[in-house]
Amino acid sequence: MNNRHLYVLTSLLILAGLALFSYKLLVLHFPLSPDSQVKIWDMEVRVSFLAKDRPIKVSLYIPRTSSNYALLDENLVSRGYGTRIRKVAGNRQVVWSIRKASGQQTLYYRATLQKLRSPDELAPAKPEPLQAGKSDLKGARLMAAMAVVDDIRARSVDTDMLVSELMMRLNAPKLNQNLDLLLGSAPTELTRARTAVDILQLAGLQARIAHGVQLSEFQRDLNVVHWLQVLQRDHWRPYDLATGEAGVSDDYYLIWHSNKSLIKMRGGKQLKATISVVLNKTAALYGILLQSKADMPALYKFSLHSLPVDKQATYHIMLLIPLGALLLVFLRNVIGIKTFGTFMPVLIALAFRETQLLWGLILFSLVIAAGLMVRLYLERLKLLLVPRLASVLIVVILLITALSIFSDNLGLERGLSIALFPMVIMTMTIERMSIVWEELGRKEAMQQGIGSLAVAALAYIVMINQQMNHLVFVFPEILLVVLALSLLLGRYSGYRLLELIRFRALLRGSS
Amino acid sequence: MLNIARRLKSADVLGINRRNAQYTLPHNARRLYPLVDNKARTKQLAMAMGIPVPELYGIIDYEHQRRNLHELLERYPDFVVKPARGSGGKGIVMITGRQGQLYRKVNGQVLSWDDLKHHVSNILAGMYSLGGQPDQALLEYHVLIDPVFQAISYQGVPDIRIVIFLGVPVMAMVRLPTRQSEGKANLHQGAIGAGIDIVTGITLDAVRKNQIVTEQPDTGFPVSGIQVPHWDTMLKTSARCHEMTGLGYQGADFVLDRDKGALLLEVNARPGLNIQIANQAGLHNRLKLVEQHQQSLKSVDDRVAFARQHFAAQ
Repeated sequence: MNNRHLYVLTSLLILAGLALFSYKLLVLHFPLSPDSQVKIWDMEVRVSFLAKDRPIKVSLYIPRTSSNYALLDENLVSRGYGTRIRKVAGNRQVVWSIRKASGQQTLYYRATLQKLRSPDELAPAKPEPLQAGKSDLKGARLMAAMAVVDDIRARSVDTDMLVSELMMRLNAPKLNQNLDLLLGSAPTELTRARTAVDILQLAGLQARIAHGVQLSEFQRDLNVVHWLQVLQRDHWRPYDLATGEAGVSDDYYLIWHSNKSLIKMRGGKQLKATISVVLNKTAALYGILLQSKADMPALYKFSLHSLPVDKQATYHIMLLIPLGALLLVFLRNVIGIKTFGTFMPVLIALAFRETQLLWGLILFSLVIAAGLMVRLYLERLKLLLVPRLASVLIVVILLITALSIFSDNLGLERGLSIALFPMVIMTMTIERMSIVWEELGRKEAMQQGIGSLAVAALAYIVMINQQMNHLVFVFPEILLVVLALSLLLGRYSGYRLLELIRFRALLRGSS
Repeated sequence: MLNIARRLKSADVLGINRRNAQYTLPHNARRLYPLVDNKARTKQLAMAMGIPVPELYGIIDYEHQRRNLHELLERYPDFVVKPARGSGGKGIVMITGRQGQLYRKVNGQVLSWDDLKHHVSNILAGMYSLGGQPDQALLEYHVLIDPVFQAISYQGVPDIRIVIFLGVPVMAMVRLPTRQSEGKANLHQGAIGAGIDIVTGITLDAVRKNQIVTEQPDTGFPVSGIQVPHWDTMLKTSARCHEMTGLGYQGADFVLDRDKGALLLEVNARPGLNIQIANQAGLHNRLKLVEQHQQSLKSVDDRVAFARQHFAAQ
């Protein structure tokens, strides 16, 4: 037998398993522990208005993945409305429309956001070509603006300083003549911003106003915040409107950039849009999954998470069986414990998942003991093998039913879960145990029975472990390593632990 | 524990994992297993090679043939019923005499005709076969115990196990039934295992349930130092088992009949490891030695000579 072949095969399996595992762990940041959490924001834009039996069209700017937040998921709640998401000048916009509506109307846009670990982790969206940077300034206003440009240019060496100089002037309590003309009386923040954009464009820079929200723990009726963006080296560099400093707080989330307002409506009245956010701490896995669904559809598609949830539950259990099987191989071939049937303990352990360990052991022992008594009685009737097995199976089912009813009447809910015990396996266990009992004696039968239960209990402990459960489900490639280990154990030729005791008699003579 | 492992290793004790991984799996082709798993086929093979076996009275393959059972057995006052595919001595019933419709078992218990029929049904249904497959029931000659063993076995007939590797007998023991083993020559059930010196055929110390014993607990007679009759024949026959079955690693079980001498009972493709305890010696070094000299061990005589030269009891 060529062991090298086996070693090459197992090394390949282990390598493949570990490579995939570390890729998911280190590059995709899949969480190792089921408890690790990430911050996920749920953002909601609630649009309400009064409709009066006329066609309605509402358009709302909606966000996309920005440089610091990933848009994981979004949905629209708008009964009866036609919806369309379109791109307008580098922005996303949802358009709701309806032929006829009346009364108070409410539409929702909901999005799930996750903070990116490092800004710009995702490639920044290529800046959209800006509409020709011509400003609509005319006459005296144009002259005033040009004077401002000359003024700030003279005092700055780079864009950062230019913007800073400009904003300082715009925000000064006492405006100079030129700016006074440009801003008019009682300027709002937005007016200042628009003026800043005009002046910067006149200075030959590409600039725009960014609108967004500041994400916080929990807030209803969030104000829209504005900041300035200037294109530099293919990057939109943010500037604070109040100070003119480069950079804005990293909890600013961009929704749209344009001179237009967040929402526009035709055909209704009393339009109102409120934005609220809630911070949710959610399982890290969920965030990763939503993100990979968006970024790497192929990887997501070939993961277990793409299955329907009820099917996933099956795999949560099924993927644990290899771990139980490996444990069984170890206990049988390295320790040397004898069990009834090769995989019976693993199947029993699966049933224990439903009943919990203590109840599982009690119920299992009860059914086996009762079944064994019936089986030993049937021995007297001299039945043929298959009818006898069928009879024992029927008795096992009757016993399980009776135990369920009995424990339910006693108010013991756990007793009901006994119905999940694998009945055929139990029947075969009873048959095997009775044969061992007859052939090799009660002691041997009890030993093997207790051995089986002990192995089942151990397998249960491994399989109930949340951490294990999480690991095999999120990283099923670990099973390649499990396969490699069981292949290796297949060529284990050392002593079994219990053999050491068995052969001890041999040493007494020699030493 | 580690210390024990080290000492067992230095004593060349063969563990079950190593037996499977290095001896049975590589040396015993899967296709050959049916030859020895079915005792009827083993018997045919042995007869074809002129190796003496207990005479076969009849085979029952189907339930309805049970009716012929009665007529078949009318002719024989004593007989053995056994499953063709049984293992570990399961399902073997030895009938030593008859009184009308009642059959007397070797332990004195009495079976009715119905009991016997039921037993045959169980055998046919596969109760004693590996994996529960349908089986055949063999009816065969009931061996008469050799006087040498009369004093040291309780009720049943002892059997002699010889482990053969690549046609070389490497280790031997005799299994003596006791009261505790209910007349069965099965070490698990409390039978005594006594090693046999390959060179002389004289029994060594005996072991019972991992304890060294010097005498039969039920009869009080010493079990060591007994010359096993027909030893040379048995040694030679066991060497021929290699050609008979083609298995590289096997155990041949013989019984000694008072009148017919050494009879081959069955061949086992996965012989147990308790023989090492009975011999107070490890198998592994002997197997390695045979493997090294594999090329020069062609004829049966060579192989027996090799065994006599190397495997004397210490």
